[in-house]
Amino acid sequence: MPAFRPLLAAIAALIASAAQADINIGISLPLTGPASGLGIPMKNYIALWPQSIAGEKLNVIVLDDATDPTNGVKNAKRFVSEDKVDIIMGSAATPVAIAMADVAAESGTVQLAFSPAQLPPGKDYWTFRLPQSNAVMAHAMVEHMKSHGVKSVGFLGYTDAYGEGWLKDFSAVADKAGIKVIAAERFARSDTSVTAQALKLATANPDAMLIVASGSGAAMPEKAVVERGYKGKIYQTHAAATRDLMRIGGKDVEGTYVVSGPAVIAEQLPDSHPSKKLAIDFVQKYEKAYGAGSRNQFAGHAYDTVIVLEKVLPVALKKAKPGTKEFRAALRDAIENMGRTVFSHGVMNWTKEDHWGFTNETGVMLKVVNADWKVE
Amino acid sequence: MDFTIAGILMLDGVTNGAIYALLGLAIVLVFAITRVIFIPQGEFVAYGALTLAMLQIGVVPGTVWLLLVLALLAALLDALKALRRRITASRVGIGAIKTLAWPALVMLLSLWAAPRQLPLIAQSLLTLAIVTPLGPLVYRLAYEKLADASVLVLLIVSVGVHFALTGLGLVFFGAEGFRNPSFWDARFAAGALSVSGQTLIIFMVSVALMLSLFLFFEHTLRGKALRATAVNRLGARLMGISTSGAGRLSFGLAAFIGALSGLLIGPTTTMFYDTGFLIGLKGFVAAIFGGLASYPAAAVGALFVGLLESFGSFWASAFKEVIVFTVIIPVLLWRSFQHGQVDEEE
Repeated sequence: MPAFRPLLAAIAALIASAAQADINIGISLPLTGPASGLGIPMKNYIALWPQSIAGEKLNVIVLDDATDPTNGVKNAKRFVSEDKVDIIMGSAATPVAIAMADVAAESGTVQLAFSPAQLPPGKDYWTFRLPQSNAVMAHAMVEHMKSHGVKSVGFLGYTDAYGEGWLKDFSAVADKAGIKVIAAERFARSDTSVTAQALKLATANPDAMLIVASGSGAAMPEKAVVERGYKGKIYQTHAAATRDLMRIGGKDVEGTYVVSGPAVIAEQLPDSHPSKKLAIDFVQKYEKAYGAGSRNQFAGHAYDTVIVLEKVLPVALKKAKPGTKEFRAALRDAIENMGRTVFSHGVMNWTKEDHWGFTNETGVMLKVVNADWKVE
Repeated sequence: MDFTIAGILMLDGVTNGAIYALLGLAIVLVFAITRVIFIPQGEFVAYGALTLAMLQIGVVPGTVWLLLVLALLAALLDALKALRRRITASRVGIGAIKTLAWPALVMLLSLWAAPRQLPLIAQSLLTLAIVTPLGPLVYRLAYEKLADASVLVLLIVSVGVHFALTGLGLVFFGAEGFRNPSFWDARFAAGALSVSGQTLIIFMVSVALMLSLFLFFEHTLRGKALRATAVNRLGARLMGISTSGAGRLSFGLAAFIGALSGLLIGPTTTMFYDTGFLIGLKGFVAAIFGGLASYPAAAVGALFVGLLESFGSFWASAFKEVIVFTVIIPVLLWRSFQHGQVDEEE
């Protein structure tokens, strides 16, 4: 069958060129290990992604990094050397995302990080983050404090990077608004008692107390503060905006103010919030596929990723062909110059100086009322 | 700092110290009898608190299946050993039934009890029934074959067991924490101090447990056998005391004390699958005070650790753990000056 040969070759060439034009996306997520609770919902939403954007087929590769930086780096290296991806995404675990950033920078590939990865200045040339920075959230909180006449704040936070990051960012924002942090105490998630810290803070008697902890760890310090007879306002960060706060805190956390991203409280958002429409769209799409009440912050980041791709891929495609170095550089420039874009998680505006990008329109204050969230 | 603040801090420190004392005693007990430095002691605290939390939300806790799997493994090993020694099948069968009867019973009981929302006390007893037998099984599977190995080897095994149990804890209970309901919701005011019922329970149970341990060691045959093993393994064996039996009993006691401590502090803090480790380590610091040999010194050391932790968090909360664990160094110095040079394997 010698006649077939050229035909086969032609078909093969055609397939190859088609494959060339595909946009390859490499995503590393913690599907197992301690942060699997963040990675699995993201993978769920990625399964709902469109097949193609801007007329180009999306070729999505999802690998598990097991919440381990070493695996994350291995995945990222595979993405750039074997799969020749145009974009690296992930991870949802902060230490893994930080480790992956090096590979992205070395290979000149854009990294969309799904976690608030703190990188030294200049190191994030190729990295853009999708979650909100602490400073953006602190802004919403400080605005609320200002309007409620809070002048002094006591800080009770984790001894880790999350607690320290909040203390730094919050103090900076609060200072400008004339609010003073008059006492700062630390604790660890595994502590059996925070009575001593709560006692010291209650003695200082600030107008408000800021508790920086995550998930189910956020209830214990608040209970301790209330137990010491503290009667002022209590604020919690967006890492505490889960139902675990009420599950463990019970009636002690009634009246707590919690700052949150808008996606998970879609229906309750005031009509004036720019993200309302997209947040509702995200929640409906996700819960249609995975059941009522299954919404969560990280699936929202996967939703926002599609918004980014829809906006930047057409721009980059005009400049270069996928799979080339020029295309990757064009993508990076397109993301940096994307301009004000509404996400389900807030309003994004990445610039040359700021690869965090969320604007101060983003954060929403919630109040715990009858063991449920109420938008302030 | 005025008197009220000092009082509140002292109460808090002594409450935590009571828990550290229980764990310190268990660590001393295990070390004296088996020479195992029992790092996983804290895991039993987490297992106890979280098993109860699972029963509270009406789920069969994963520890039940762990118990069953460990018992099956132990039975299998026994059977293999018996096969090599050509022991009759009927005796092998009886041995297997003895190993498996209790775990199977506990499993059936848990399956029946989990969805029924039994009273808190019944669930607590069931929790003890699930977690306590894990101790002897862990000894049987991880340590018994190595009973004559050096302290260092046993310590390395302990580290392995600790990682295995923590990992399993994550599988069984998930990454989120739980807080159990209080056993006694009452509050008592003594001057400016307010004492919760749960705190009183912690004190009473700790003291009762220490007393019963004392009575057990002084006045029962088994207790005396344990003490004999602690003093001289070979001599005890010559007197017809089974050292592996003593090992299993001591691990059973350690698991029981751990689970009980978990039940006691479950209502006062949020427990995570990995919380137990740090609590156990503080118990270990307390045990160091007693030179891993003296029970009263360990108990006093535990109270000291609790108080130090409480006052340390008040003055410098960011350095709390540093303060607590740095205390080991002067204590070790003091002990080594006091006792002079001692070979590790006497």
